[in-house]
Amino acid sequence: MNNMRRAFLQWAGGIAALAAAGLLRPAQAWAASWNKAGFESKVVNDVLKSLGAANPAESKEITITAPDIAENGAVVPVAVASRLANTQQISIVAEKNPFPLAATFEVAGGGEGYVSTRIKMGQTSDVWALVKADGKYYVARKEIKITVGGCG
Amino acid sequence: MAEPMKIRAILQGDVADVRVLMLHPMETGQRRDAKGELVPLHFIQSVVVTHNGKTVLDAQWSQAVSRNPFLGLRVKGAKAGDRISVTWVDNQSDKRTDEAVVAPAS
Repeated sequence: MNNMRRAFLQWAGGIAALAAAGLLRPAQAWAASWNKAGFESKVVNDVLKSLGAANPAESKEITITAPDIAENGAVVPVAVASRLANTQQISIVAEKNPFPLAATFEVAGGGEGYVSTRIKMGQTSDVWALVKADGKYYVARKEIKITVGGCG
Repeated sequence: MAEPMKIRAILQGDVADVRVLMLHPMETGQRRDAKGELVPLHFIQSVVVTHNGKTVLDAQWSQAVSRNPFLGLRVKGAKAGDRISVTWVDNQSDKRTDEAVVAPAS
């Protein structure tokens, strides 16, 4: 009898700790703006949906600067420059990554439509630069070949 | 503990070319350690860059950004001596803020 009571108390304690950890997190400031749905999407279409960018138009005003072949998938330099007027947001999406959305940059004030960073890629795939300008979404794509994947 | 960032801001005309190097493991949650156990997710989720206190870039990142992340951006209307400040917050609520001054073109 007493043993069962012990077991129950331990179990209840564990649940309480889990709940505390799970419930306290969303209360923090960053969690409100972080696009959880987008970053946890496993296919590009869901990423587009989470951003509200269902049918982005192809644009030649967006330039992706990245190597054609990246030997190390753990460090793929990607730079996106947008010459579209009033560029508000730039997202980098690696199509075949386990979670395609790599990063979203909100450009404000004196920020120019340019960001560069380094991302991990699991395998050879298209990289999308998704740009929101004047409330509309535009896209440019570039294939990057990966010799050794960098997601493991 | 969060290590200091390296921030370099150099003026080119009226645009400051800002380069930031952060030191962070950026664990994907898919890698296994020597004992074969999964290394938990640990990555920078949010990066905010300000120019003289005004936000110029507000970034949200996933674990797909490389280890020791690099961030490059350009700030319009900058002058030598302007302050560029960068703050990041990771998914374990660790954070770090560093500041640099825009250097004149050499």
